[in-house]
Amino acid sequence: MATDKRTTLDSAVATLESGMTLGIGGWGSRRKPMSLVRALLRTDIKDLTVVSYGGPDVGLLCAAGRVKKLIYGFVSLDSIALEPHFRSARQNATVAECVEYDEGMLQWALYAGSLRLPFLPTRAGLGSGVVDVNPSLKTVVSPYADAEELLAVPAIRLDAAFVHLNRSDMRGNAQFLGPDLYFDDLFLGACEPGRRFLSCEKIVTTEQMLQEASFHTLRINRSMVDGVIESPNGAHFTLCTPDYERDEKFQAAYVKAAGDKAEWEAFQNRFLSGTEADYQNAVLQWRKETAS
Amino acid sequence: MSTDITLADIVVIAAAESFRGDGEIFASGMGTIPMLGARLARATFEPDLLVSDGEAFFVGNDLPLGGSDKVIEGWIPFRSVFDTVWSGRRHVMMGASQIDCFGNTNIANIGPWKQPKAQLLGVRGGPGNTISHATSFFIPKQSTKVFVEKVDMVSGLGYDRAAQLGDTVMRHHRLPRVITNLAVFDFETSTHTMRLLSVHPGVSVDDVVANTGFVLEIGSDVPISRAPNESELATLNHLDPRGLRHREVA
Repeated sequence: MATDKRTTLDSAVATLESGMTLGIGGWGSRRKPMSLVRALLRTDIKDLTVVSYGGPDVGLLCAAGRVKKLIYGFVSLDSIALEPHFRSARQNATVAECVEYDEGMLQWALYAGSLRLPFLPTRAGLGSGVVDVNPSLKTVVSPYADAEELLAVPAIRLDAAFVHLNRSDMRGNAQFLGPDLYFDDLFLGACEPGRRFLSCEKIVTTEQMLQEASFHTLRINRSMVDGVIESPNGAHFTLCTPDYERDEKFQAAYVKAAGDKAEWEAFQNRFLSGTEADYQNAVLQWRKETAS
Repeated sequence: MSTDITLADIVVIAAAESFRGDGEIFASGMGTIPMLGARLARATFEPDLLVSDGEAFFVGNDLPLGGSDKVIEGWIPFRSVFDTVWSGRRHVMMGASQIDCFGNTNIANIGPWKQPKAQLLGVRGGPGNTISHATSFFIPKQSTKVFVEKVDMVSGLGYDRAAQLGDTVMRHHRLPRVITNLAVFDFETSTHTMRLLSVHPGVSVDDVVANTGFVLEIGSDVPISRAPNESELATLNHLDPRGLRHREVA
């Protein structure tokens, strides 16, 4: 009998502990596992090391004071360049330790982690501010005739990983239907087995996946996944093409609320104080009220 | 110059010119004017360039900004973008919040990195771009706050930092152009410090110097940045039917 890996958002995050290293898939404000992040906010877990091509996932966790260390290629909302909570976390130095990498360096760190290598070499980052502000980064000299000195990007290993895909079967064979996988496979690959959680818009049968798109979209296989959660609209307010685009209006409201203490409290009370179902209902209600 | 040619038109032509001679590489533009520059160069004098929709596809036709009638000629998700960056087959034009005389640039933060006064974009792909392939810059509002003695965080390598890294890096590192609302610059001097290449119509050399926080190399006869010809202007209006370029510089 094949393993049924279906679980719930709350059961998934209940396996995490304070102090763990968590990798979050997606890119900026694109296909972020937001319902898993919202579930994490409902726990008391703190002192996390968060690794991300960051968007509102990083923003929300920073705003809630759950992040001890942040490793990022950037943190942005794409259509709004600057993530407001990340911005204030940096400007008020509320995250104890930050590791800022070139975007390609972060891919290399996760790739090295997923291949069980100690590091991978690159030129990206050499000579830049990245090495100025990360003095623990070391270089390696090519053992061949060129003897070129390269940056040795240290592997990142994760205790837990969250990704959100379009479709999955109940065993964790999953499918992306949008234009980009981003680095979701590497986040899963760099993670210790046990807490590799994949939420998706819809759980389907294995056969149904190829009825919807070609085999090229099957980039996540079940050996990379420990738990599958069906979470419709789970990436909201980030995009999850082709199921839905970014909710630009809601994102703008999020940014506006983040700029003011009282408004942010009201936003939290309205959207982030209940379950995922409460969140989705509150968003529907908000849409009705703001429909023009 | 015909009176209906605007500063934005001049700047887009300068942006397009920075891709001249690049051949069959990925001409990548961050923002409206750099993107228009790449598309205009491809539509006119540099037909083999590859341009993207800014999402995940190479666009094979002369797609207007915001246009949906796109011919997809290739798939370029972020992973392939990084591969292309490191392969060197790319020339990007991006922004800079600060730039110094060697072309060190900063898009990351203002003030100390540890606790910035203003957190901006972070280094993003700047380190990998500048060490791997040609990187040009578009700066919509030149001032002494942008053209500075020393940048607060090096997100993109200038010529001095590249030179310290040895021959291989120096071979790959190239900053062809810096384009602002006032003028066009390059680094083709013996010391690889910034040189004034041309001033836009109506701008004096003194205006440029007054808005530069370091010593510029200036020749005895600085030409005026060229205007688009009639056919280039028609192509530009096709690529930017709503005139979005005019919102970036005025």
